[in-house]
Amino acid sequence: MSSMLGQGPPEAVVETEWAEAERRRSLTWRQRLSRFDLKASPYLYISPFFIVFGIVGLFPLVYTLYVALHDWDLLSGKEAFVGFENFAWALGDQFFWNSIVNTVSIFLLSTIPQLIGALVIAALLDQQIRAKTTWRMGVLLPYVVTPVAVALIFSSVFRNAGDASLANNIVEALGFEPIEWKRERLPSHIAIATMVNWRWTGYNALILLSAMQAVPRDLYEAAAIDGAGAIKRFFSVTLPSIRPTLIFVVVTATVYGLQIFAEPRLYDVSNAGGIGGADRQFQTTVLYLWELAFFRRNSGRASAVAWLLFLLIISIGLINFVISKRLVAGEGENQLSRRERRALARAEKDRKAVAR
Amino acid sequence: MTALGTSQQGAPSAIPVPQEEPRRRRSRRGVGLNRRPGFVVYLILGLSVLIFAYPLWWSFVVASGTNATRGQTLPFIPGPNFMKNVNAVLEAVPFWKALGNSVIVSTVVTISVVTFSTLAGYAFAKLRFKGRDGLMIFVIATMAIPTQLGIIPLFMVMRTLGWVGDIKAVIVPMLVTAFGVFLMRQYLSGVIPDELIEAARVDGCNQIRTFWNVAVPAARPAMAILALFTFMLAWTDFLWPMVVLNAQNPTLQTALANLQSGYYIDYSIVLAGAVMATIPVLFLYIAAGKQLISGIMAGAVKG
Repeated sequence: MSSMLGQGPPEAVVETEWAEAERRRSLTWRQRLSRFDLKASPYLYISPFFIVFGIVGLFPLVYTLYVALHDWDLLSGKEAFVGFENFAWALGDQFFWNSIVNTVSIFLLSTIPQLIGALVIAALLDQQIRAKTTWRMGVLLPYVVTPVAVALIFSSVFRNAGDASLANNIVEALGFEPIEWKRERLPSHIAIATMVNWRWTGYNALILLSAMQAVPRDLYEAAAIDGAGAIKRFFSVTLPSIRPTLIFVVVTATVYGLQIFAEPRLYDVSNAGGIGGADRQFQTTVLYLWELAFFRRNSGRASAVAWLLFLLIISIGLINFVISKRLVAGEGENQLSRRERRALARAEKDRKAVAR
Repeated sequence: MTALGTSQQGAPSAIPVPQEEPRRRRSRRGVGLNRRPGFVVYLILGLSVLIFAYPLWWSFVVASGTNATRGQTLPFIPGPNFMKNVNAVLEAVPFWKALGNSVIVSTVVTISVVTFSTLAGYAFAKLRFKGRDGLMIFVIATMAIPTQLGIIPLFMVMRTLGWVGDIKAVIVPMLVTAFGVFLMRQYLSGVIPDELIEAARVDGCNQIRTFWNVAVPAARPAMAILALFTFMLAWTDFLWPMVVLNAQNPTLQTALANLQSGYYIDYSIVLAGAVMATIPVLFLYIAAGKQLISGIMAGAVKG
């Protein structure tokens, strides 16, 4: 730049013209840089997420569909295009349906008690209790134990009738026959659901608690003055008010529950290498997918199972969303009062406007 | 639910409804309605915490006990064999290597997720660019996608790269999360006034300096929450590490799982492993449990 200045003829007029031009040029250059900075930076900031997610999240999922349309061995690779044959095979496979039944059964056994338990605990924590933080920490304790450790602990708590185990000790102390916790289908589902319930109930209780604390206390007082008892207040004030959080919890539990893996995988590894019991009595779908892909090395069929499960999760998530929305919307008391509040605010505004 | 009913009924009956009127001033702060929860509330809470805590204590008791311990209905007193079983765990699996791997994986993943989420969240919350809303909807939609189901092609990719058995293969797929971007966007759109960014720009800050000087300080609380959750997520991950790592170079979770392999399972050793993996986390929990709780409760409001 300085060399350009030096090149100019030594006349004063020309020199100022040069300086002027130079100033203009440098300004626009800086402006251009700044405009580029303004326009390109947002894309620069979001690109790491989209690039990495595209490669390790989205691409594998889409490619799974491609694999599912082929005969495909995990190690030797692609063989022949077979269309939807793998899907047809999976839909006609008894083990696939067995795994779906198990998954849904474990999911129901874990989600419903978990939600009820979390609601109860949250409602109790929402009282004016002493030592709040201590109680909350006590309730959240199982969450810091990893699912693998939880699975190890509870696979030792629940054992078959012949082996001494905590669960059967209690069952026998209560005067019942010991239970085949691993061999039989329903007991094994209950044991696995217990792992999930144990780890997640307190966590969900805290989430629900934070929603409950956001409920305006006037609503409870109004309901109490109207003669609503504690239970009535819970169902007609608390539940409708925490609806969005409830939906959030249900949807999260669904996505987690339908992909359950570590718990059934580690529940009984001495039988059939941990594929979900000797008779697959607690083999979940992700476990079956894992068996197909990495035991039998049939990537094509495993991928078809993965996509069927994917569709199932998305649709159950949507159904849950709709149901929990409708279930709590039925009461509608809070909605009414919200509308009333809005109407009140409007009236207030009008009043002020008139006064002015 | 009946339990809930009795407990809640006991509480407000302490203050009869007619008394509500003269107590207006106190009740506005939410104290009047159920000021003194009954004994039943504490009883149920106490039982719940007992149910939550006992399996952990029981694990320790069995891991330290003798054969006789298993015969007791509800064993409570630890035995003398804990160190013996700890040594058995150390012989059976490369515990320290696994612990080191888990620390490395979780730390790298946490730093990456927090950095990229804050960057992207800031752009989505405070910068104007073409396609912003569409891309944000895409991010939200991907949160519901079970990406775990893509493990088959992911495994093929790792095999082609020669990364099978290497912890790189565990780290890379977790480097970004849609949840992180969503969380940071929600938080930052609330806490940074647009004027502040304008002011920084007028003062001559370019974009990255605005980000560094305005967004990062404001984002710190949310970054801490995100870091906590991401660390947890990476720490507990099991399916993918189990697929892609081997028994010689495991993470803590896969090493624990390997304690159970074989036909004969010695549960006192297995439980000793579970206890060993849980003790450090328990100490962390006692130290930072409050933050975890407020993180969960804050995250729920945002999420």
